[in-house]
Amino acid sequence: MVKLDAKIPQGPLAEKWTNYKAHQNLVNPSNKRRLDIIVVGTGLAGASAAASFGEMGFNVKVFGIHDSPRRAHSIAAQGGINAAKNYPNDGDSVYRLFYDTIKGGDYRAREANVYRLAEVSNNIIDQCVAQGVPFAREYGGLLDNRSFGGAQVSRTFYARGQTGQQLLLGAYSALSKEIKKGSVKMFTRREMLELVVIEGRARGIIVRDLITGKIERHSAHAVVLATGGYGNVFFLSTNAMASNGSAAWKVYKKGAFFGNPSFTQIHPTCIPVHGDYQSKLTLMSESLRNDGRIWVPKHKEDAEKIRKGELKPTQIPEDRRDYYLERRYPAFGNLVPRDVASRAAKERCDAGYGIGSTGLAVYLDFEDAIKRLGKHVIEARYGNLFQMYEKIVDENPYETPMMIYPAVHYTMGGIWVDYELQTTIPGLFAAGEANFSDHGANRLGASALMQGLSDGYFVLPYTIQNYLADQIRVPRFETNLPEFEEAEKAAKERIEKLLAINGTETVDTFHRRLGLIMWDLVGMSRKKEDLEKAITMIQELRKEFWKNVKVPGKNEMVNPELEKAIRVADYLELGELMARDALVREESCGGHFREEYQTEDGEALRDDKNFTYVSAWEYTGEDKEPKLNKEPLVFEFIEVKQRNYK
Amino acid sequence: MDLTLKIWRQASAGEKGKLVDYQVQNISSEASFLEMLDVLNERLVREGEDPVAFDHDCREGICGACSLYINGRPHGPDKGITTCQLHMRRFKDGETIVIEPWRAKPFPVIKDLMVDRSAFDEIIQAGGYVSINTGGVPDANAIPIPKRDADTAMDAAACIGCGACVAACKNASAMLFVSAKVSQFAVLPQGKIEARERVQNMVAKMDELGFGNCTNTYACEAECPKEISVSHIARMNREYLSAKLVSQIE
Repeated sequence: MVKLDAKIPQGPLAEKWTNYKAHQNLVNPSNKRRLDIIVVGTGLAGASAAASFGEMGFNVKVFGIHDSPRRAHSIAAQGGINAAKNYPNDGDSVYRLFYDTIKGGDYRAREANVYRLAEVSNNIIDQCVAQGVPFAREYGGLLDNRSFGGAQVSRTFYARGQTGQQLLLGAYSALSKEIKKGSVKMFTRREMLELVVIEGRARGIIVRDLITGKIERHSAHAVVLATGGYGNVFFLSTNAMASNGSAAWKVYKKGAFFGNPSFTQIHPTCIPVHGDYQSKLTLMSESLRNDGRIWVPKHKEDAEKIRKGELKPTQIPEDRRDYYLERRYPAFGNLVPRDVASRAAKERCDAGYGIGSTGLAVYLDFEDAIKRLGKHVIEARYGNLFQMYEKIVDENPYETPMMIYPAVHYTMGGIWVDYELQTTIPGLFAAGEANFSDHGANRLGASALMQGLSDGYFVLPYTIQNYLADQIRVPRFETNLPEFEEAEKAAKERIEKLLAINGTETVDTFHRRLGLIMWDLVGMSRKKEDLEKAITMIQELRKEFWKNVKVPGKNEMVNPELEKAIRVADYLELGELMARDALVREESCGGHFREEYQTEDGEALRDDKNFTYVSAWEYTGEDKEPKLNKEPLVFEFIEVKQRNYK
Repeated sequence: MDLTLKIWRQASAGEKGKLVDYQVQNISSEASFLEMLDVLNERLVREGEDPVAFDHDCREGICGACSLYINGRPHGPDKGITTCQLHMRRFKDGETIVIEPWRAKPFPVIKDLMVDRSAFDEIIQAGGYVSINTGGVPDANAIPIPKRDADTAMDAAACIGCGACVAACKNASAMLFVSAKVSQFAVLPQGKIEARERVQNMVAKMDELGFGNCTNTYACEAECPKEISVSHIARMNREYLSAKLVSQIE
C-alpha cells in the first residue's frame, strides 16, 4: 500500500492554517506573470479560484462546458451558505461549525481540513457582501440567518431560495472582471477529455470544442479540476443534465487516487419520481424543513386510501398522523441531517406508510407554519420554491402538503487531495465537489457552497503558490510534445470507437439502466450480496454498451449524443468503483448505510476500530481490479462518538 | 397526448434553416416540455436521423440555458417560468406546436434551436461587477443596507441571463438584462463607487454589440421568466443621464 501523506501542518488545531500560511513558499509578482494555471470548471470553486489567481497576477485559462461560466450547476443551490459569524448571538463559533461538520460527516473527514473550512467561512461572507451579493437582511439593515439540518444554531446566510445563483454570479462577476483585464482567458463550450502528465507532473489538458468537435491542446504549469460531482451516475439526480464525472475519472486513470467513491448524499426533500420519461429530479431546499413538518399517516389503511386517491392529506386528523422525525429525534426533529432524514423516509415507505400514487413519498406540511406566521411570511421565505413545486406537480403547496422523497444530490467522494488540495499527481489540484472534500460520509446542508468558495477564494490561492514556487524557472510547455500527442490520440481513438459501434440502443437507454442498478443496489441502503451483484451487472452492461450503443453523427459537429456517450462510458466504470468501495466498507457511516451494520433501533453503526480511514483507490489498468490505499484518520482534538440527534 | 411539432432545423450558422414537421405520440401530460423533446430525440436517434439540438441544463429554471420560442413566445405560454419548467399539461391533445430559436442579430444560431449568447458575457465584462479583489474586505455587517434596498437589489439580481427579453423585443433590445445588473449595483453602497463608469461602459458595449433601442413596449417584462420589472430600465436611464451629465461637467 502506498503511504499517503495528507501534509497536515503541525501545531494546535486552531493554528495549523495560520502556521501553514506563515511558512509556505510564495511567488513574487514578476514571476507570477511567467506561470500559467489551467482551471477546469466555472462553478463556485472554479470561478472563484480562477478570478483569485488572475488577481494575483498568474496567467489563467478557464474551461467550461456551458455557453457561459454563469451556467455552472452551483447556480441551482437554493437554501444557503454556512458561516460561523454568530451574528444571531446564539452560541456559534468556528469550533462549533467545525464540530458540527465533523459530527455531521459521521467522523470520516480530516480534522485539520474541516477546521480550516470553518475558519475561513466568515471571510467568504465578507467577500460576497463586498461583491454586492444581495443576502437577506433584517429591517435594521444587518444580515439575516436561518437554521439548517444538523445544527442547533442559525448560521446559514441566504438570498431567498437562490443563494447558489447569487454566490455564483458574485464569483462570475469577479471572473468577468479578470477576463476583461486579460489575466484570465475563458474557453466556453469545451469538455476536458484527457489530462497531460509530463515527467510525473500535470502539465496540460486535451479538450473538445463542443461546437466544432475540434480537439485542442492546452498547457500550463499547474491544473485545477473544479468539475463538480458525479451524482448523475444514477441517471436520475438533482444534478444538471450536463454535470458529469468524466474529468475526475480521466485523472483517476492517469494516476490520481479516488477518495471514498461510495459516499453519496441522498437528499431527503426532492419531488418524487413520476414517469419513465423523466430526465431529472428537482430538489426542494432543505431550508423548508425550518418551517415544514414531515409526516406520513399513522395507519396503513389511511396511507392506502391516499395512494388510491380516496383520501386527501388535509382530511387526515392530527392524531392519525405520524410526524416520524419529531417522534424519533425529539432534539433535532425535522432538522436532523440529510442522511438520517432520507433513511427515515425510506423506512416508513418500505413499511407501507408511503403516500402519492407510487407509495414512494412522504408529506412536507406547512399548515402549522402558515397558521403561526401567516402566508405572506412563508411566501417571502420560500415563494420561488413553492412556485417551482406547483409548476411540476400541479398542486398548490400553500393548501395541500408537498410530497417529497429522497433523491441523489451530492457526492462526498471525489478525487483524493491532501491538505493543500493537491492530488497524488503533483501539479494537479482538485477543488469543490470534485475533491473528496471535507464532508466525510455526509455533508450538512449549506456546506457545499461554503466549501466551494473556501477552496477557490481562500485555500488554493495560497497552496498553489507553495507548489509553483519551485516552478518559476520552468519555461512554458509546447503542445507538440509527445505527451500531448499521445493524450490527444487516446481521446480521438475513444471518440472514433464510440462513433463506429453503430448499435441499436441509445446512450440514454444505457444510462437509465445503469441508474437503476445504482439506485436499487448501491443507493440509500446497501448489502453485500447486492453490491456483488451490482459489480457483475455493471461489468456486463459496460460490455453491452461498447457493442451495442448507437451514437449518431460525427465528431466534427454539435453532437450532444456523442457528449453523453463519452460521459456514460465513464459512468459505467465509475459506478463499479462506487460499488467496490461500498462493499469493502463493512460499516455504516453517514450516507453509506450497510444493512448488516445497524443498531437495534435502525441507526447507522460505525466500526471505528477498522474503518476510521479514507479509502483512496488507485487505478491499475483496464479491466483490472483497482487497488485500495488507506489514509488513516486521526482524531486528536475531538472525541469520536456515535452520532446522536435524539 | 399526440402532437404535431414544427421545429426550426438549421445545420449550422452559415446554412439556411427551415421548419420541419414531426409527429410525437403518447406524450404524458405530466412530462415537461423538454422531456417531450427528449422522447422525440430518442426516436430520431433510433431512426438514424439527426436529433434536434437545443440548450438546456439544470431543468429547474435557474441556469438560464434553455431558450425556446414556443408558439411565438419566449419560454412558451406560461408566465414567470423558463422552457424547462413548462409542462405538457399546458397543451391540448392534437395540438400543433411551433418551436423556434431566439431570433436576434446579436444571438446568431449555432445549430437548430441553439444560439450564441456570449454577447451577454461581454456586456457583464464591460462593468457588471464591483472591482474588488479577494481578501481585505470589511466585515459583512460593517456595510448595513436598508432591507428595502437589499430586496430591490435581489429583485434585479434574479436575472438568469437567458435572453428572453431580447428575443421578445421587436428591436432586440437588451435593456432589461443590462438594467437589471446596473440596478442591482446602483441601489447598493458597494456598487455606488463605480456607478458612473459602470452604466456608461455597459451601455456602450450593448450598443456596440448590435442590440436595439428600447421603445417602451414592455414585451421584455411580460416574457421575463423571473418577472424582472421595467422599472430597472427607468433606473438605468436615470443613472445613465446623470453619469453623462457629471462626466460632461467634469
